Amino acid sequence: MFTQELNAIYILWLRQIKRYYRARSRVIGSFAQPLLFLFALGYGLGPVYAQAGKGNYIDFLVPGIISMSIIFSGMFSGLAVIWDRQFGFLRETLVAPVSRFSIMLGRTLGGATIAFGQGVFIFIVSLFIGFHVQNWILVIPAFIMMFLIAILFTALGTGMASRLEDIQGFQFIMNFLLMPLFFLSGALFPLTNIPTVLMYIVAFNPLSYGVDALRALLVGTTQFGIGVDFAVVTSVAIVFMVLGAYLFSTIEA
Amino acid sequence: MSTPIIEVTGLSKNFKEFKAVDDISFSVPKGEIYAFLGPNGAGKSTTIKMLTTLLRPTKGSVRVVGVDVLRHPSEARRLFSVMFQEPSLDDELTAYENLEFHGILYGVPSALRRKRIDELLEMVELSKRRDHMVKGFSGGMKRRLEIARGLLHHPRILFLDEPTVGLDPQTRNHLWEYVHVLNKSESITVFFTTHYLDEVDQHANLVSIIDHGVIIADGTVDSIKKETHTDTMEDAYLSLTGKMIREEGSDTSNRSRIMRAFGK
Ligand SMILES: Nc1ncnc2c1ncn2[C@@H]1O[C@H](COP(=O)(O)OP(=O)(O)OP(=O)(O)O)[C@@H](O)[C@H]1O
Ligand SMILES: [Mg+2]
Repeated sequence: MFTQELNAIYILWLRQIKRYYRARSRVIGSFAQPLLFLFALGYGLGPVYAQAGKGNYIDFLVPGIISMSIIFSGMFSGLAVIWDRQFGFLRETLVAPVSRFSIMLGRTLGGATIAFGQGVFIFIVSLFIGFHVQNWILVIPAFIMMFLIAILFTALGTGMASRLEDIQGFQFIMNFLLMPLFFLSGALFPLTNIPTVLMYIVAFNPLSYGVDALRALLVGTTQFGIGVDFAVVTSVAIVFMVLGAYLFSTIEA
Repeated sequence: MSTPIIEVTGLSKNFKEFKAVDDISFSVPKGEIYAFLGPNGAGKSTTIKMLTTLLRPTKGSVRVVGVDVLRHPSEARRLFSVMFQEPSLDDELTAYENLEFHGILYGVPSALRRKRIDELLEMVELSKRRDHMVKGFSGGMKRRLEIARGLLHHPRILFLDEPTVGLDPQTRNHLWEYVHVLNKSESITVFFTTHYLDEVDQHANLVSIIDHGVIIADGTVDSIKKETHTDTMEDAYLSLTGKMIREEGSDTSNRSRIMRAFGK
């Protein structure tokens, strides 16, 4: 029984991975956006940032771009439930003799693995354009944090897709949820001297803590403290996972 | 008689105000090959989806092998296998990977899985295409792969929703042979729908006919023919459901309407 559940999780994970590396255009597309941000902003805004007396912009920016690639990829994988529903494949998994929690977990881990891999790729690229890691030991917890962010957003996407019928919903979520979360997370620019209202949004945005944790571990600067960061991201990831699994388990097809 | 393997009581499904399935009850004895017939839009697929935990009934109860499908969906899913009317393959995997995925997900041990995959690919004549992506398959080939997948694990009940639609006669015969072997040797109960009524004459023993969401006749194939004074299921079916074509409005609250009669 238990091994059956593990097998289900494994095969769903594997399917996500296979589909990802087979879709060449998707692979290239998923790297293009964060790389564009990295180069355009890194080289474009770097001098301004330095002139303002803030130091090295690349060091500030890289944790943000790593997060960006993870959240977009994770959300996309999660929302792919919509596609599987439209092509009918979802049904094949929904009547399988395993718990829907395992199905959801397998899918989510698969999507999160891909998102995490992209984050690692951006990290490696950034080393070549002048990103300085302050302490190589801390790269390990940074990778753990990256995986947690990946889980959080993939689970969020899966949960929401369980309640969406069509592709329009997908666009809506990308534009009106993910974009604002990204811009109001401190990923691209410091969010220190901003209006109080925005300050609250930043504080309620789980991504703010993810970005802050990566900055703390890779660069050595933090706003909330690494303990708070991990506590927030881990608990939100668990909540989204449970909520996502519940929503997924109620899908009708 | 022993207790039935499928027990449906007062089952209804409304889509908004439209009653797709309206208070139906029936039971299927263990080891039977049971045909569930009815015109387009009668409610066959909706019923199968409720029996297999994909749709939540508006009212009523379903038990398979004594398990309450509504209360214990995960447990119930271990007892059956379904082949849906609409395609449900992963286009971006190969034929073999689709079968392997299914085998692992449905807990078929690896040695047996490999043996059955070879056997079934042979049966649906897709052995040469095993490593090709499904997205390059024709409609009939996809259907054949779906058949192979549906037979990969051997549960207690097999639900087949129009399994033979779009299949060439060879594959159709192979499928029925295989189904009979499973039915005999592993006493798997088979519940199927079809619009090819000669299949009912040849393969089924028990039948129920649903129309406008209501069961209008059930019994053995012979008893239904006798009651309607006909020799084939086709004639019996037509005399029960009328020679009208149904028009389907999927979002209207109207019942299926009679479009036109083509008379004798
Ligand atoms: N998700 C849905 N939303 C609204 N109406 C639906 C839905 N699914 C089915 N229906 C309606 O319920 C009725 C029964 O549909 P169903 O698919 O069960 O018919 P069927 O007997 O399987 O027909 P066919 O022989 O064409 O496959 C139809 O009128 C259909 O339009
Ligand atoms: Mg149908």
